[in-house]
Amino acid sequence: MRLLVVEDEQKTGDYLKQGLTEAGFQVSLARNGLDGHHLAMTEVFDVIILDVMLPDVSGWRILQSLREANNQSPVLFLSARDSVDDRVKGLELGADDYLIKPFAFSEVLARVRTLIRRGGVPKIENTLQIADLEIDILKHKVKRAGKNILLSNKEFSLLELMVRREGEVLPRSLIASQVWDMNFDSDTNVIDVAIRRLRGKVDEGFDIKLIHTVRGMGYKLEVQVNES
Amino acid sequence: MKVNKRPLSLTFRVVLFVAVSTIFSLTFLGILIDTSIRHHFIQQDINELKVISSSINEALSKNTDSNETLIEELSQAVSGHHGVYYQVSDQKGNFIYANATLNFQHFTTAHAIEGDFDIENITHQDVGKFSYRVLATTYQTPKATYKATIAIDMSFHTHFLTQFRQSLGAIMIGAAVLVLLAGWFAVHQGLNPLRGLSKKMRDIQTNNFEVRLDETNVPIELLNMVQSFNLMLDRLQSEFLRLSNFSTDIAHELRTPLTNIITQTQVGLSQPRASEEYQELLFSNLEELDRLTNMVRDMLWLAKTQNGLIKPKQQVLNSQSEIEALFEYFDALAEEADITFVKQGDELNFYCDKLHFRQLLSNLLSNAIRYTAKGLSIVVNTQKTDSGQVCISICNPGDKIHSDHLPYLFDRFYRPDKSRQRHSEGAGLGLAIVKAMAEANHGKVTVTSDEDNTCFKVFFNAP
Repeated sequence: MRLLVVEDEQKTGDYLKQGLTEAGFQVSLARNGLDGHHLAMTEVFDVIILDVMLPDVSGWRILQSLREANNQSPVLFLSARDSVDDRVKGLELGADDYLIKPFAFSEVLARVRTLIRRGGVPKIENTLQIADLEIDILKHKVKRAGKNILLSNKEFSLLELMVRREGEVLPRSLIASQVWDMNFDSDTNVIDVAIRRLRGKVDEGFDIKLIHTVRGMGYKLEVQVNES
Repeated sequence: MKVNKRPLSLTFRVVLFVAVSTIFSLTFLGILIDTSIRHHFIQQDINELKVISSSINEALSKNTDSNETLIEELSQAVSGHHGVYYQVSDQKGNFIYANATLNFQHFTTAHAIEGDFDIENITHQDVGKFSYRVLATTYQTPKATYKATIAIDMSFHTHFLTQFRQSLGAIMIGAAVLVLLAGWFAVHQGLNPLRGLSKKMRDIQTNNFEVRLDETNVPIELLNMVQSFNLMLDRLQSEFLRLSNFSTDIAHELRTPLTNIITQTQVGLSQPRASEEYQELLFSNLEELDRLTNMVRDMLWLAKTQNGLIKPKQQVLNSQSEIEALFEYFDALAEEADITFVKQGDELNFYCDKLHFRQLLSNLLSNAIRYTAKGLSIVVNTQKTDSGQVCISICNPGDKIHSDHLPYLFDRFYRPDKSRQRHSEGAGLGLAIVKAMAEANHGKVTVTSDEDNTCFKVFFNAP
């Protein structure tokens, strides 16, 4: 998966590149609008991350050129300006998503993955399986090592989300938005409590732990080989 | 380019008004005086002509034999009158007598056919520099018919009238000027208290905001303005105090996390450590940074509502489904804290942006959970108010919040409990956001607290 990051701020650019590279992407970094524009027009990327306010060519302009050249690569805007007008302008020009600084890196990662997934064909499955955990989507039933686990509706949605996004770090805001439709950042520890309770039902008493905390970032579900 | 014109000055307006009315009334008065004097003179002339005319008639009617006696009679007919000229001729126009060498040919004499005295026959005629009132008439005596022309010199009257008009005009102009000056002076004096007030207003600065204009020492017309101004100062002062406290609070709130970050980073870097320790350090930094980020986000949001930049979507929300969604969201947290949610009241629709409503209720619910003791219930009640609004109340059992604190509860960073400077959750902006969100959605929020319960009520418009 190839990503282009156009960001003039030195540290932000460096860390975005490092973080995304470590998350398994091939990242090209352009430090000004001209280079970014050139790269975006000449090479093919799966997702382009654009800073709106660049000193030479603005992010708007780059996006406009791309869309005029009929390049439909998903674009994620980064902006320090949080006004509805900006957001609307971005979306009208054909941006696919919009993040406001300061943003959490986990949020960037989650959004990039969502954008990439959007391009692909969604998998329609009735059952999901990971290690000895089985989920029956249609019947709303969960089994671990053959034993039934009773989950509330929301716990089920939470587990389903985590299994579908196996291996991805899910930030709290994304979980709140996807599972409870709460699209705002909350200071409460609602998500932590919910995960703790889910973990109690899904992982307790089993050798292989599936739900993991990524400190400072969020939660992920995966089978970790080196964990005892 | 469009130029905004300043309205006319007050002095100019008043003086203009006084000028117009003075000139109008003085002119009217002048015309009235002039007319009545003229009429008086005319009446006087007519009376004189009448007397003279009847004297001549008398002279002509005397039984005289010859022309000489007739002329004798005529010459004596008029006496004691100055500036009276008359000429008599017979029916055919043959001259009989004239009392002066005045050239009567200058008078146009439209002789009446009969009647000895008729006002219709009196005319005003100017000859050279002189002005005359002329009566042309006909006398019927038993012997013969005579024609006569009688003229009265009016130069004296005309002269008097001219002089009178001149002095009347001068007096009037003088009076008008005097009235205008008096008017201007009165307005100038009248505005004096205003100048005094303006000077006092100018002296009010942010460091002596408590100064108020004296309400007892102003004319009654200005009392209203002074009171309004003082009320405005009250409002500005309290807003100003809140704002300056707010800036102080921001600085204070920023200081603590910044100190933490700097201290732990410097201590961490002071000597080589195991990588776990670095991880711990970074994580701790991240926590503080998250706190700062949330604070910046909340403050920006509040600033935007204050500047009217938040434009909520007008959505119709259903109380039942919205409250249930929020209960589900807080379910785990409440169960953990051994608190139950109770939903009461009616299922009602109301106007509010969905995102705003959820965040608002989320703030109130997490607040309620924080202050509710184990084993107790938080009650959310929906009902229609008398005024037709929808009221959603969130009541939690807990310690009474003292009434001194209630008005400030929605202020930014306000914490009733001064000792607890930093709560583990939130920066003290939650309730300020609740208030701003309710108001942005044309609603409002109130709080009451008694010995058993603390109740927050949010009001929204019903569709």
